[in-house]
Amino acid sequence: MSQIWLVPAFPLLGFILNGMLGKRFGTRFVSIVGPLAIGLAFAQSVVLFFQMLNADGNVLSEHLYTWIKSGNFEAGINFQVDQLSGLYLLVITGVGFLIHIYSLGYMKGEAGYYRFFAYLNLFVFFMLILVLGDGFLLMFVGWEGVGLCSYLLIGYYFEKDSAAAAAKKAFLFNRVGDFGVLSAVLLIFLTFGSIEFNAVNAEAAARLEHGGILVTIITLLLFLGATGKSAQIPLFVWLPDAMEGPTPVSALIHAATMVTAGLYMVARLSHLFVLAPLTMNIIAAIGALTALLAASIAITQTDIKRVLAYSTVSQLGYMFLAMGVGAFTTGVFHVMTHAFFKALLFLGSGSVILAVHHEQDMRKMGALKNKLPITYITMLLGTMAISGIPFFSGFFSKDEILWYAFSSPFGSAWFWGIGFLTAGLTAFYMFRMIYLTFHGESRVDQHVAEHVSESPVSITIPLAILAVLSVFGGFFGVPHIFHLLPNNMEQLFHGFFAEIPSGHGAALTEWILMVLSVLSAVLAWYLASRVYKSGFEIASRLREKWEWAYKISLNKWYVDELYNLVLIKPGHLFTTHFLWRLFDLNIIDRIVNTSGAVARTAGNTIRPFQNGLTQNYALIFTFGTFLVLLYLI
Amino acid sequence: MLTIFYIFAALSVFGALGVLFLKNPIHCALSLVGTFFCLGSIYVMLNAEFVAVIQVLIYAGAIMVLFLFVLMLLSSSDTEMSSNKWTAGKILAGLLSLGIFVQIAYLFTGNELKLGTKGEYPIEVVEEIGSIALIGRLLFTDYILSFEIIVILLLVAVIGAVVIAKRKFH
Amino acid sequence: MIPIEHILLLSVLLFTIGVLGVMLRRNVIVIFMSIELMLNAVNLSFVTFSRSLDSMTGVVFIFFIIVVAAAEAVVGLSIILSIYRTRKSLNIEEFNLLKW
Repeated sequence: MSQIWLVPAFPLLGFILNGMLGKRFGTRFVSIVGPLAIGLAFAQSVVLFFQMLNADGNVLSEHLYTWIKSGNFEAGINFQVDQLSGLYLLVITGVGFLIHIYSLGYMKGEAGYYRFFAYLNLFVFFMLILVLGDGFLLMFVGWEGVGLCSYLLIGYYFEKDSAAAAAKKAFLFNRVGDFGVLSAVLLIFLTFGSIEFNAVNAEAAARLEHGGILVTIITLLLFLGATGKSAQIPLFVWLPDAMEGPTPVSALIHAATMVTAGLYMVARLSHLFVLAPLTMNIIAAIGALTALLAASIAITQTDIKRVLAYSTVSQLGYMFLAMGVGAFTTGVFHVMTHAFFKALLFLGSGSVILAVHHEQDMRKMGALKNKLPITYITMLLGTMAISGIPFFSGFFSKDEILWYAFSSPFGSAWFWGIGFLTAGLTAFYMFRMIYLTFHGESRVDQHVAEHVSESPVSITIPLAILAVLSVFGGFFGVPHIFHLLPNNMEQLFHGFFAEIPSGHGAALTEWILMVLSVLSAVLAWYLASRVYKSGFEIASRLREKWEWAYKISLNKWYVDELYNLVLIKPGHLFTTHFLWRLFDLNIIDRIVNTSGAVARTAGNTIRPFQNGLTQNYALIFTFGTFLVLLYLI
Repeated sequence: MLTIFYIFAALSVFGALGVLFLKNPIHCALSLVGTFFCLGSIYVMLNAEFVAVIQVLIYAGAIMVLFLFVLMLLSSSDTEMSSNKWTAGKILAGLLSLGIFVQIAYLFTGNELKLGTKGEYPIEVVEEIGSIALIGRLLFTDYILSFEIIVILLLVAVIGAVVIAKRKFH
Repeated sequence: MIPIEHILLLSVLLFTIGVLGVMLRRNVIVIFMSIELMLNAVNLSFVTFSRSLDSMTGVVFIFFIIVVAAAEAVVGLSIILSIYRTRKSLNIEEFNLLKW
């Protein structure tokens, strides 16, 4: 018996204990229960992962409860651990555990400490439900649940207007995506008569025509949901605003786990997606464009967390590019490595923010290298990983994505070109962040500068562990051409994803492309060090020269303004003039008033009968008797 | 026999009309007592001696005496019938009463009513057992539940009457 | 033997007079008497049917009706008494207050 249910049960228990008793029992209780719940879930996940590797067909499943049974439709609470969900389990609980530990130090002394841990535990619970569910129904429960927790945690500082607005924005953008998922699930149910992943994947090729309209619509709707959850064009604008939440939340939810739910769904239904080449092309194109767009925005942002947020959007774009060209294994591989180094970077930025007393503007940092040595080293490692410096984890996964973007039958040189450009930009803005934060002259406020000191152990230990993972995590999936180690990722997912025809391209081409991208990363590093090491002088000269480009980037390509103009303004006008003035006032209100008037008129008409004169009643009563007798005759 | 019935019938209708038309409520009550006596006599003619006896004892004796007590207790000076004008209400009441009379009379003299199946107590059986014994037997066997309920009802009514009459309104 | 139609007609006649009394008289106590008259008319028809159908059920019912009539008279008269205390009147047209 595999006891899968224990994995989500621990975080749920943690949520209940923290939520109900945390306030009364105080911080110490919460500090123990919160991380412990996730730690136990992690331990059980590790056990399950190895059980799964040894199990028949690499699947463990468990039926807990029959939820809905109607006709031949049956939806139960069934948990399933296979290669994909097993890997996700490890990432969620592992990174989640580290972030819980980190939060002990980061959230110390915050009001609502218990609330934070309760929400965080609840989030992990829903995320686990999302990946453990064996069908759409349970996945959707988790899908909505993580959306709710994201909302609650972004709005953690709810007394701040911007945080409340950001929470609302995130929730609404997610709802648009949820609409897509729900519609797709309905269509899938109509087509397959079942909403279990295994059934859908197994019968997809038999029931749906390759490249047909139906499968294209279904997959596009699913992808719409994925763009909402995973912050892709056109629904990506909520993620940067989500940085209003506490930094551990940004690290866990908005970098490592929740935003990869969309990718999880695409990977889970790979057999369905490969039937719709059009959708695959759209996914790849959207992924590539999002990657480039977000990277171009990130190079001018000054808020350290926003840089990381756009970087996240950009990296998610990479992952969708991988999915879109059919490299599902590589995409999931990048999900994993990205979870390591992006969590590391976020937590590092949190450590910096804590040190400079909640200042997030990089223009007011600088020269923190010596004061925060551990943070500096770990963040530098994370930056090298994300930039694709050879043999760091990001190098392997990103290069493999670029290679597949070039060589896969779904890929093209264009995708590679965009990815290549983005890789250079990524290295540039990441090293820009490092130089602005840790090098150059100190621009920190005088009073604050005196108190800057390295963060406590509960923060540095997770940083160190994540740094190790960021450096070595890539060796799980070393590309074939190195002949160094067996590619564990491919062994793990052997036969799990839909097979696509193998790509063209010789090993020589792969070597050339790899060298090119490494060179671009190194060049970008060099450029960033030239421009930003000494401060802002060169940067401001560049800025004057490229004023228009700078403006576009700084203002995020005016996407928010565009949405405002195209959606919100007309929506506002429509609701004001049509729904409110015309419809509400003239129709709804009139219906209400009329029904009131009818009741009043009726009352006025009938009232004389009820005049208190008993003999009137007797008269009417007799009349009634008369009528009854008439009926009897 | 028949002649005696018609005499009593005429007297009872006369008494009833007295209730309807006499101005003084005490006269009304007395004329009602007369009607009750006449009805009692008719019951005797219908071989329902027990009913005749309680009719006289309870109705004419107890209930009407209660009415008279209340009437004596309350001054009845201002309780004359209001004017003798024919108002729309009165005409309507008269027409309705006429309608009801016609309808019920039609029902009672029509054919359907005579189709009822005969019961198991023809006059000979009743006289052999005795009507009081028969009623008693029925009350305590077939109708025991109704009997118990009616007893409770009477108890509640007695207590309720005392409570209502004793309450002081301010 | 008395023809039952005649007895029934007598019963209907008394009943109608009772109805008229309820609708026309102003004195509450007289109205009450009219109700008693109606009840008696019903009793009469019960006895008649009971006799003509060779059944004792009608007679048992009269027993119940008399008890109900007695209960009703007792409660009704006590209500009239307490109303009279505040109104000093037995005229039903003055009892037209719909709330207290």
